[in-house]
Amino acid sequence: MPKWFTPAAMLCGLMFIISPVLIARAPDESAMGMVYKIYYYHMPSAWMFLLAPLVCGISSALYLARGRPGDDRRAWAAAELTVLFGALTLITGPLWARRAWGTWWVWDARLTSSLVGWMIGWAYLILRRYGGPGSDKLAAGVALFGAVNVPFIYISVNYWRTIHPPTTVVPRLPVSMGLPLWFCVFAFLLLFILLMTMRLRLEAARTRLDALYVALDE
Amino acid sequence: MSPSMSRLVPLMNKILRVAMLVFCCAALAPMAQAQPPQPQDEFVPVGNSPAPEQIPAAPLLIGAYVIVLAGLFAYVVSLSRRLGAVHRDVERLEADLKRRGRG
Repeated sequence: MPKWFTPAAMLCGLMFIISPVLIARAPDESAMGMVYKIYYYHMPSAWMFLLAPLVCGISSALYLARGRPGDDRRAWAAAELTVLFGALTLITGPLWARRAWGTWWVWDARLTSSLVGWMIGWAYLILRRYGGPGSDKLAAGVALFGAVNVPFIYISVNYWRTIHPPTTVVPRLPVSMGLPLWFCVFAFLLLFILLMTMRLRLEAARTRLDALYVALDE
Repeated sequence: MSPSMSRLVPLMNKILRVAMLVFCCAALAPMAQAQPPQPQDEFVPVGNSPAPEQIPAAPLLIGAYVIVLAGLFAYVVSLSRRLGAVHRDVERLEADLKRRGRG
């Protein structure tokens, strides 16, 4: 692992230990009450869920254009994080909605496009796992659709007004609510970078393993 | 009108009124359900505003945090195990190659 990995991992762990303290001290929301505090982990998860398919899509586009294995490995790593953070977002969202909206799920543009984005992440991984030879290029094509879906997910709440809060709630947050939120965002971003590094390391090791098997066969 | 009929008419009227009331309620129920809650444009700290309705939020809140932390922890463990297994295989194959080189 790179030299910065261990200090960064320790910092990330520390941030995740401190975050519940900051969240507990943050005020409840006037309409939703205590359940609003799911937001402090839901929104950073959702942002990582938007970042991961972008990384996957851009890396896939580069792989299709240049054919470098490093781009393909980055895309594969990001696809796995799409599925991970997508699952966390799609689980914490309904838990919040149950109390705030009185329902687990509504088929509005934000929730539906998020579900589609998550399924595109799964489609990428399934293609890579079971697609056989040539699946790398096919999966890269799928990843482009995943990346194109990201801006749609983001703006969907502003174009189609539903019960999901619009993107404007974040800049309007008072300091008492904004501080813990941005702290959690940075903790999740650091975690995302660390997980990407670990996942890329795994792909590099697998490439080395394949090369060794070929060398042994010769 | 026969005496039996004169007793029957008010009864029929009552049944009709109840049926109409039930029909109106049944017709209005889906309309009431279809009204979604209003979206929130901003989040406001609780401050001096009245306390929100107390529906058990703690299990949902704790559940959400437990799921996120457990999910992230499980993924880190899975990644570490996969990395460890591949590194072990790499070391084993490198040792095999060295032995072959000597042989």
